[in-house]
Amino acid sequence: MSITLTLADWGSLFLHFISLSLLAVGGAITTAPDIHRYLVDETHWLSDTQFTSSIALAQGAPGPNVMFVALMGWNVGLNAGGGLAAGWPAVALALWGVLITMVGIMIPSCTLTFVATQWAHRNRDMLAVKAFKSGMAPIVIALLIATGWLLTGNHENPARDWPLWVLAGATTLVVWKTKTHLLLLLGFGALLGALGWI
Amino acid sequence: MSDAQPLEHSTARHAPKNKTDLFVSFTVLALQGFGGVLAVVQRELVDKKKWLTTDEFVEDWSVAQILPGPNVVNLALMIGGRHFGIAGALAALSGLLIAPTVLVLLLAAAVAGVAETPVAQGMLRGMGAVSAGLIAAVGIKLMGALKNNPMGMLTCIGIGTLTFVAIGLLRLPLAWVLLSLGPLASVWAAHCIKQRDVA
Repeated sequence: MSITLTLADWGSLFLHFISLSLLAVGGAITTAPDIHRYLVDETHWLSDTQFTSSIALAQGAPGPNVMFVALMGWNVGLNAGGGLAAGWPAVALALWGVLITMVGIMIPSCTLTFVATQWAHRNRDMLAVKAFKSGMAPIVIALLIATGWLLTGNHENPARDWPLWVLAGATTLVVWKTKTHLLLLLGFGALLGALGWI
Repeated sequence: MSDAQPLEHSTARHAPKNKTDLFVSFTVLALQGFGGVLAVVQRELVDKKKWLTTDEFVEDWSVAQILPGPNVVNLALMIGGRHFGIAGALAALSGLLIAPTVLVLLLAAAVAGVAETPVAQGMLRGMGAVSAGLIAAVGIKLMGALKNNPMGMLTCIGIGTLTFVAIGLLRLPLAWVLLSLGPLASVWAAHCIKQRDVA
């Protein structure tokens, strides 16, 4: 896939990620549908396959989920440079794409977080701050459990997907009750998957 | 939650030694987090490094969750900023992002095309199921922190169940749930804290 990006295009790419940043409540992944609309449907800077595999790869690689944004910037840059086959100039443009998208998605939310949390830490004995933290605690804990539930529940064919539920449930028990290294568990899951057992 | 105690109560636990320690610790943490860093954060920062108690982790995670941006990024900014100001925040943030970015780009260049093969898809499925279990386990472990909640355990379980049903079963948008249940619970918590301080 090969595309041409003008300076103005790079500018609007940057602005789009800036504008998404403050909408990413509950994690960057919540902005994925809008990124798809913009990059795949509207501008055609990214193919549908590149979009999907960027998310899959970010999930499979270590690091925060927001890495999928870096991968999309990488792919847009590669496309603008004529693909990996075009060599170093394409890689340079791809890195430029990473910088544009990651800095864009990070700056507004990071600034807000830094300023807000420094204020909250200075005022941690204020009733409003304490009440917010106490009131939110059960909600946040339930959200974690619900996230685990939803990640497994994306597979809704019980006849075929029951091993996934067993694996997720067993993992929950093991992590809760033992100090088994998390990488060991992930490796075990990857092995079972590679063998086609789940 | 610690209004009865002096501020110095936090000195008993550990703290990051310097900005390099922050950078390295968050790099190590990020590189262990497959399918998101969430499950690793609790184990590294609370169980191993003891930079935060379980109570503090739940409090900080609430804030990280409600602010826009990736939760783990927000948490890194909070912890870094608390100990070493803006430089600490940047050290923690770059620790969290730089190594994983380099790694994921190398992976992308190396496996272009491989991600769609059945074996790779199977591995992603298996790792996905494990990371789902990891995240649920963190939630279960953190329930212990609710013992000290001014609203009391029963109310907390009620609020938690409502949240789980809304998000996990009814699949309502996160923003709705946070913006409706959040203020209600906070107002109730304020009421309970005032009652407790009077008593």
